[in-house]
Amino acid sequence: MSERDNILARIREALSIAAPLPGHDHGTARETPVLPTITDQRRVLPAVGQSLDEQLTLFRANAAELRADFRLLNGAEALVAELKGLRAAEGWQRVASHDGDLTGAACRALGLPVLLTDQAFDKRELAACDVGITDCDALVAQTGSVLVTSRSAGGRALSVLPPHHVVVARHEQLVPDLPAAFALLKAKYGGGYPSMISFITGPSRTGDIERILVLGAHGPKKLTILCV
Amino acid sequence: MSTPAAQFNQDARRLSADLRHRQTIQTAMGKYEVARDQRKAAFQHWQAARQMAAETKWDAVNHLDRHLEQFVRNIEARGTKVHWASTAQQARDIILDILREKNARVIVKSKAMTSEEIHLNEAMEQAGYEVVESDLGEFIVQLREEPPYHIVFPAMHLTRDEIKDVFQRKLGGAPSNNPEELTMVARRVLREKYIQADVGITGANFAIAETGMLSITENEGNARLTAALPRTMITLLGIEKVLPRLEDLALFLPMLSAMGTGQALSCYNTMYGGPRQPDETDGPEEYHVVLLDNHRTALLADAEQRDSLHCIRCGACLNVCPIYRNVGGHTYGTTYCGPIGAVITPNLRGLNDWKHLSYASSLCGACTETCPVKIDLHHHLLQNRRNASRQKPSWWQKLAFKVFAPVATRPALWSLVTKLGRLGQKLHGFVKGGRLDPAYAWTKTRDLPPIAQRTFKEWWRTRS
Repeated sequence: MSERDNILARIREALSIAAPLPGHDHGTARETPVLPTITDQRRVLPAVGQSLDEQLTLFRANAAELRADFRLLNGAEALVAELKGLRAAEGWQRVASHDGDLTGAACRALGLPVLLTDQAFDKRELAACDVGITDCDALVAQTGSVLVTSRSAGGRALSVLPPHHVVVARHEQLVPDLPAAFALLKAKYGGGYPSMISFITGPSRTGDIERILVLGAHGPKKLTILCV
Repeated sequence: MSTPAAQFNQDARRLSADLRHRQTIQTAMGKYEVARDQRKAAFQHWQAARQMAAETKWDAVNHLDRHLEQFVRNIEARGTKVHWASTAQQARDIILDILREKNARVIVKSKAMTSEEIHLNEAMEQAGYEVVESDLGEFIVQLREEPPYHIVFPAMHLTRDEIKDVFQRKLGGAPSNNPEELTMVARRVLREKYIQADVGITGANFAIAETGMLSITENEGNARLTAALPRTMITLLGIEKVLPRLEDLALFLPMLSAMGTGQALSCYNTMYGGPRQPDETDGPEEYHVVLLDNHRTALLADAEQRDSLHCIRCGACLNVCPIYRNVGGHTYGTTYCGPIGAVITPNLRGLNDWKHLSYASSLCGACTETCPVKIDLHHHLLQNRRNASRQKPSWWQKLAFKVFAPVATRPALWSLVTKLGRLGQKLHGFVKGGRLDPAYAWTKTRDLPPIAQRTFKEWWRTRS
């Protein structure tokens, strides 16, 4: 017998005796658990507000608390102008990106050499870039998170190796909460998931030394979210 | 070599009197408590969320065979190689075989308690590999050659000066004791390691059966880099980590973050479903997943304590435990410390050697009350005590109850003994707390409340 069979056999034998149901401590008899629905989850998770305006305000407040830089822009031209402003302010020399929905045109307009991760690339060259500019799948108001995948955001390393991560998003991509984000993932990728899905919530951080917050532990020190 | 119990007593005595140590822990815990309470309060119904999480984990663990098979089928469909290990030895051998086959030299690791459990680093180092822990806290304790102090905050017990010292000794320099500058030193050293590393090893927080994915929660980005840059990736996890559906993460990720670190969501919550796919240009070419039993099925067979496999390793029970907060994480001498460690270690490593952990508890129940998946921790401590005394009854306890029972069941005798007790306590006053005190083991650190001057019956007779 293989170890797989051994382990599964031990599990099945162990489970032949039923365990007490959870949550008996208040004396309420319960049925066998039924997994929570999206409505159940929304009833308990932090509130997000009904209107788009409330959700946008919440995302902005969450981003500020996380020390991410969130900017709401007026159209594709404003996006290029904003990127040029950042290039000048931060002194970018080398930019890494991918040929995405918004990133493609925006990066071509930057007038800098761009390392594209759509083809095979050298990881040392990516590490030497000043910034990684990516698309995303969604912005999550509830947590201030950016949802990226290896398919939508130029692979695994682009959003985490350069010291500054710039995310470009369309405002329609704002979703209210985590249940909505997972529903979106299932609808979009249910037929074949990308190998990596990541919720990025603020720039990389650590509190491992005396619980004092330091940004940029291993991943980006800065996270900028440009929303058109 | 002293027994684990003797070691525990010795270390507990030393550390609970170490004021500097207590100060460091209290400061760290104080910051955590404020953040955690704020995050719990943000939930619309925290208690209902706990019940949902408990029921979801109940389903996961009580249909573990089905969920594991589904998980494996789905993750293998994307080209992942899944390995099964019944023992720690098998898991180490599987991983060492992969390293040999890949001609690996440098291994970069992101935090994995399971790898501490099987002593993977020692095995890899003995086999001649360079192993680098990439989580900052793990990196620091690795440099200090000690085990992690806490399952979420490995270097919680250290001050910035101690960290500066070890950086100076082992890395040849640290500019100051400023936490930001120290973090940047580690960042520079580790950046190079990610790029050099041939193999990246991670743990996992959840295994999603429905979609065949492993979910990893972290703040630093070290797991993201470990999973992005080396050509081979290995994830080691216990078989109990399953969740039935992808959307269960919508509940579990914010609950884990709230209780683990007091965040709305940790910085990176990432799901990995396989190696680099045909349409992708980076990520590992090979992905190996090692599923570890190592006595978990024995815990599963104990229906009474099966819910201890619901644990999501958030560390919340450690943080509220009055014992942990005084004796510290290293004193336990186990991979998993605090209340959850005291519950599961006797089941994983033998009741007789580790039963003392179940007695190192005030049974206050703070752990049970805080647990986000409602593990009945303090009752499990009592059950461990019961099981231990059944397995190896204590002769003096049996004797004590032989004497106590006839006294307690005869009112006249009981009355006589309490009178004698009151007299005895007066005499005890002369030697109390001193070396001549027969109850010294108790009275040297504890109070002995006086027996009431009048019994209830005496009072009842004289009431007006």
